[in-house]
Amino acid sequence: MTNQSPFIRINAVSRVFNGGNGVHDLSLDIPRGSFVVLLGPSGCGKSTTLRLIAGLETADQGSIAIDGKDVTSTPPSKRGLSMVFQSYALFPHLSVAENIVFGLKVRKTKKNEINTRLTDALRVTGLEGYQDRKPAQLSGGQRQRVALARAIVAGHSLCLMDEPLSNLDAKLRHAVRKDIRDLQQRLGITVVYVTHDQTEAMSMADIVILMKDGRIEQVGNPADLYLKPATAFAAGFVGSPPMALIPANALPASVIPDGLDANHLTFGIRPEDLILSTKLGQQPWGIPATVTGSEFLGAETFVFVAIPGTDGATARLPGRVEISPGTEVSLSWAGAAAHWFDGEHGHRLTPTVPGTSAHVTKITSQPDTATSTL
Amino acid sequence: MNEMARLQKRRLALYGWMLAAPALALMSLFAFYPAIATFWHSLFSRGTSRRPSVFSGFENYGDLFADPTFWTVATNNLIYAGVTIPVSIIFALVMALWANAHIPARSFVRSAYFTPTILPMIAAANLWLFFYTPDLGVIDQITGFFGASPTNWLGQPETALASVIIVTIWKEAGFFMIFYLAALQTIPPDLREAARIEGAGRWTYTRRVLLPLLMPTTIFVFVNAMINSVKLIDHLFILTKGGPNNASKLILYWIWEMAFAYFDSPHAAAMTILVLLALGLVAVAQFRLVEKRTHYR
Repeated sequence: MTNQSPFIRINAVSRVFNGGNGVHDLSLDIPRGSFVVLLGPSGCGKSTTLRLIAGLETADQGSIAIDGKDVTSTPPSKRGLSMVFQSYALFPHLSVAENIVFGLKVRKTKKNEINTRLTDALRVTGLEGYQDRKPAQLSGGQRQRVALARAIVAGHSLCLMDEPLSNLDAKLRHAVRKDIRDLQQRLGITVVYVTHDQTEAMSMADIVILMKDGRIEQVGNPADLYLKPATAFAAGFVGSPPMALIPANALPASVIPDGLDANHLTFGIRPEDLILSTKLGQQPWGIPATVTGSEFLGAETFVFVAIPGTDGATARLPGRVEISPGTEVSLSWAGAAAHWFDGEHGHRLTPTVPGTSAHVTKITSQPDTATSTL
Repeated sequence: MNEMARLQKRRLALYGWMLAAPALALMSLFAFYPAIATFWHSLFSRGTSRRPSVFSGFENYGDLFADPTFWTVATNNLIYAGVTIPVSIIFALVMALWANAHIPARSFVRSAYFTPTILPMIAAANLWLFFYTPDLGVIDQITGFFGASPTNWLGQPETALASVIIVTIWKEAGFFMIFYLAALQTIPPDLREAARIEGAGRWTYTRRVLLPLLMPTTIFVFVNAMINSVKLIDHLFILTKGGPNNASKLILYWIWEMAFAYFDSPHAAAMTILVLLALGLVAVAQFRLVEKRTHYR
């Protein structure tokens, strides 16, 4: 699969709207059979990208190829794909069955074939017994499944999904997430999925494409995105609660790796990597901070701290932690857990002097002991 | 039952009746009572100073059926309704689809279509009187340009009814368009995109999705058009006065003539009752047949 040409190739595509937004010079390869999530805040161009693939928007510049065929100016119906809309876009006057087979009927498929496929789609999506109902008589989750059934009934190998879960409640969303993923695996189809919810992206995707302002910010598997965010934006967008981003000049100079300029540097730390210590003065380099509040979530506790000169940070601590607002604490971390970003452009920086990073690691491996090498 | 609950229930019922009372009073005074009075009146003969009015049963109705004018007028009205209703609905739909599309000067197109509706029927009729003027009118100017001889559109039995029909369509289509336009705007654009992806072209989308979703509007417009085809006769007073030789006379105009030109109110009353009966039957048939097949959101 890896050596083959990509299933979808978007080459230098631009689509700009009068009111702004859109996508700019976007290039992207999507391998066959993968579950690709377009992730980003609203207005980042993820939906436009999806609609460009679908053919509902036409590229101003650049080309799009699906399965080796240039489809840049092919109408949606000839691109061999199906789509699930955020609103589901079910036809309110048609029954569940009629909705599902709408496309097959339009394409004049044979009657007994329509019936076989309908039965299959109903079974796969667990909608048996509902085929005669109208969409208005279904719950949100059932409507979502009808939209899904309509997408898979034609047997297209590409399915586009535009925030299909955003109208469901949290519990259902979790279950459907798994269902969609299973369905994709079982049918072996390629799914391009748009969402602004990073949890959805992380839990479902083979490949996450993080977008911002009409451009790609980072492409990678969920682990890459989480462990090695390419930019400060990626670091702040992925993960909940998000990574704390702190201007490096608010930190003691001793923690800045050699070769990096603290005045043009952003420091990032994941909540779970932040170590809170109330033993003030025992560590030579910990950052002084004040607890502003905490949230107990059962398995873990989020502790919010204010750091002078910054937007503050969140620490994720296992179990239940009793800590009252106003407590003075000292923050530290394992050296390898630190992320460094360019202060202006936001891209990721790797400390150039390997010794420095190792140095920091060594010190912080015993954060409670007063080491004085720095 | 709990005393308190019973009291509350009674109060709620009283409240309901109080809410309905103003409408009920006005309806009784101006609709139900006149209808019953008209029916009662239609059962008596026409009274003169020498021969007072006497109960004559359904004799007035028999007279109507025996009158050849009755059949002319009824046929005229059937043709009038049969043409104006579907044609103005189709025009309204097409105009709405066009005015709803992304076209330049969309708001101008919409207001242009709506203009005939704003005009009073009398004013519109006067405008068209000018259009229809033999030789001098706009229509004859245009047909004359192509070498046709002047036609007295309103003055000859062959064209009078058709001319009146055209004025009505021109007047009504814009009004009905507004309803279609409003309905079209409630249809989410997603449906069109979903249909496009499923391979439906413009025509399939219109036939399989748009028209069924517009059905409630169509019923509403149809009922209105039907009522208007009986009710709206203002233009006849200006254009043809029902002539020539009853060629463009509609039922209501005929009733008006009987009652206020010939002062034959019993026959006018009988005719009114027949119209009410016919409209009632159509309404029932409509609700029975069409309602079931319509999807209301």
